[in-house]
Amino acid sequence: MSDLKITGLHKHYGAFHAVKGIDLEVPSGELTVLVGPSGCGKSTLLRTIAGLEEASAGTIEIGGKNVTWARPRDRDIAMVFQNYALYPYLNVHENIAFGLRARKVASDEADKRVKRAAEMLGIAQLLRRFPRELSGGQRQRVAIGRAIVRDALLFLFDEPLSNLDAQLRDDMRVEIKRLHQELGRTMIYVTHDQIEAMTLADRIALLREGRIEQLGAPLDLFERPATRFVAGFLGSPKMNFLPAIIESGDVILRDGTKLTLPPGRKAPNGQAVILGLRPQHIAKAGMGTAPGHVQLPSTIELVQPTGSRVQVSMPLGGSSITAEFAAHEVTAPGEQVRIDIDMIRAVLIDPQTDEVI
Amino acid sequence: MTTIPFYRRKETKLVLRYVIALALVVIFVFPIYWLFAISFKTPGEIFAFPPVWYPKSIQFNNYAVLFKDGDAKTVGNSLVLASLSTVFAMILGTIAAYSLVRFKTGGENLALWIISQRMIPPVAIVFPVFLLYVWLSWVDTYIGLIILYTSFSLPYVIWMMRGYIEDIPLELEESALIDGCSRREVLWKVVFPMVRAGLFATAVFTFVFSWNDFLFALVLTRTEVATYTVQVTHYFGGQSNFWSKIAAMSVLGTIPVFITVATLQRFLVRGISMGAVKG
Repeated sequence: MSDLKITGLHKHYGAFHAVKGIDLEVPSGELTVLVGPSGCGKSTLLRTIAGLEEASAGTIEIGGKNVTWARPRDRDIAMVFQNYALYPYLNVHENIAFGLRARKVASDEADKRVKRAAEMLGIAQLLRRFPRELSGGQRQRVAIGRAIVRDALLFLFDEPLSNLDAQLRDDMRVEIKRLHQELGRTMIYVTHDQIEAMTLADRIALLREGRIEQLGAPLDLFERPATRFVAGFLGSPKMNFLPAIIESGDVILRDGTKLTLPPGRKAPNGQAVILGLRPQHIAKAGMGTAPGHVQLPSTIELVQPTGSRVQVSMPLGGSSITAEFAAHEVTAPGEQVRIDIDMIRAVLIDPQTDEVI
Repeated sequence: MTTIPFYRRKETKLVLRYVIALALVVIFVFPIYWLFAISFKTPGEIFAFPPVWYPKSIQFNNYAVLFKDGDAKTVGNSLVLASLSTVFAMILGTIAAYSLVRFKTGGENLALWIISQRMIPPVAIVFPVFLLYVWLSWVDTYIGLIILYTSFSLPYVIWMMRGYIEDIPLELEESALIDGCSRREVLWKVVFPMVRAGLFATAVFTFVFSWNDFLFALVLTRTEVATYTVQVTHYFGGQSNFWSKIAAMSVLGTIPVFITVATLQRFLVRGISMGAVKG
C-alpha cells in the first residue's frame, strides 16, 4: 500500500518548466527525501503535492485517492515550513492547536493531543509562551508539533532545518528521525543538504532540472550512482573525476599513469571515460596491496584537518585530487606518500552520456 | 571670559530644546484652548477687551442651546456617516487589497490606478455627483453620503492595506490552508490578526477624512443628514457671527475624533511604522 503516488507530473510557470514528468511512489510509513541543488524543482514538487501549486499535467494520489485538483485542506497532509510559519499573535499551545481548531476537533481532545505532542518534542513547559519568546530550535519544534497533532496521512517537510545553526541542525535531525520511527508515518522531506538526506532517508530521490535523476536507498545512491551528477552530488568531500582512457583492461590517466581494473570489471576497450574516485577510497598505503587495489607514489600539496580525519590534496594523473586519511597519517605539505586506491569501488563514467558504465 | 564646562553646555542645550518645544506646544495648543474657552464663556466675556483669558465661571448655556435647537443632531449625523462609511470601506478595501496582493488581480497596474482616483480634486466631481444624486433622489440621505464617503475612502484603504498585507509571510497563509482553513477563514484567522495595527491606523485616518469632509456635505445635504461641519457655517451670518455657538459646535465636533485617536493611539503608532522597515 502506498500513501503517495505521483504519475507523470509536470509543472510550468509560464515558459519555465520546473517539474518535468515525475513518477514517484512512496510506500506507507516510509521517509523519502527529495534532494538536489537549488532550482532542481524539489520544493515545487513538494508544494504541488501539498496543493499549494497547481499541477500542469499528471496525477497525484494520496492514500489511494486522486487529489490532483483537491484543495490543500482536503488532502490529509500536514506540512512543516522552513520559516516555521508560526502565528505571532498566538501562544505555543494555540499555535499547535490551530489545525485542530480549524477542523473542529473537540477542545478537550485537542488539548490532550497538544499536550502529548509537546511532551514528545520536549516543549511542554513552553505552551504559554509566544513565538517571539522562543529560540529558533524551539520554534521549529512547535512547527513540527503543529504538524504531528494533525495525525495526517502524509507529512511534508520543506527544508525545516535550513534556518538553524549547525549544532542545532544535528540535534533536530536526530529528533526528526526519532519522530519518524515513533510515529511510523509516511513523510516527504525536502532538503538541499546531502548529509540530511543520507542520514534521514529510507529512500532518496535525487532531483536535477525537474527530473528524478536517481531513486533508491541512501547507500545505493552513494555506492552505485547511476550518473556523474549523482556521484558528484552525494559524498563529502566530493568524488574526484579524472579523464582517462581504457586500454586492455587498464585505466590510463592523462599523463600515462596506469591503474589496473579489478578482474571481471567490464570496460569498453579504447573508450574515453571519466574515472570517479571517492576521497574515502584513496588511503595511505600500508603493507602489501589488497586485490583490486592499486598503489602509487604521490606528494601532498595541501592538508585540511577536520578532527578525526584529514583531507589532503595531491596530484594524480595530471589533475589534483582530494583524499581522506586518518587524522595523523600526514602532517605537512611536501610529504612524499604512497597512496592506495580501491579500484573495486571506482566508478567509470561515459563522458558522452554522463552515465555510469 | 570663562569657558563653559562641557557638562554645562550639554545642560544649556537641553534647556534650550525644552524651551523651543514648549513654545511650539503653546502655539499649537492655544487655538484649541481658545475654542474650548469661548464655548464656556458668556457673550460679554467673548467680546471683552482686553480679552478674558479664561471664563470666570464655567457655564454650559452655549451647549444647552445647541441641544435645545436640535443643532447637536448634526454631530450625530457626522458620527453615523463617518463610522458606517469607515466600516464599509475597511471591509471592502481590505478584501480588495488581499485580492490584489495574493491573486495579482488586475496585474501590476490596477493598484496604481486605484490610488490615482484619490488624486482627483473633490471639487472637480462634486457637481456631476450632485446631478447624479438628484436623479437618484439620494440628496440629503444617509445612504447617499455613506456610499460617497465609502467610495472616496476605498482607494486609500486599499493602498494602505495592500502594503500591510504584502508584509505577511506567505507561509502563514499556506500553513493555514493546509491545516484546514478555507480562504475566508485564512482572511479572518490569519490576515486580520496579522494586520490588526494597520487596520486600526487606516480606520482612524479614514474616519477622520470622512468626519472632516465639508464640500460634499455642503452640496449634498439639506436638513436631514447635515453634518456638523455644515452646521458650523450656519452660524456665520451677514450681520454677526455667533461665536459662542461656533465654539460649542466645534468642540462637539472635536471630541469624537479626540476620543478615537486617544483610544487607538497604541495601534496608530505601530500601524504607521509597520510598513516602514520593509526589506
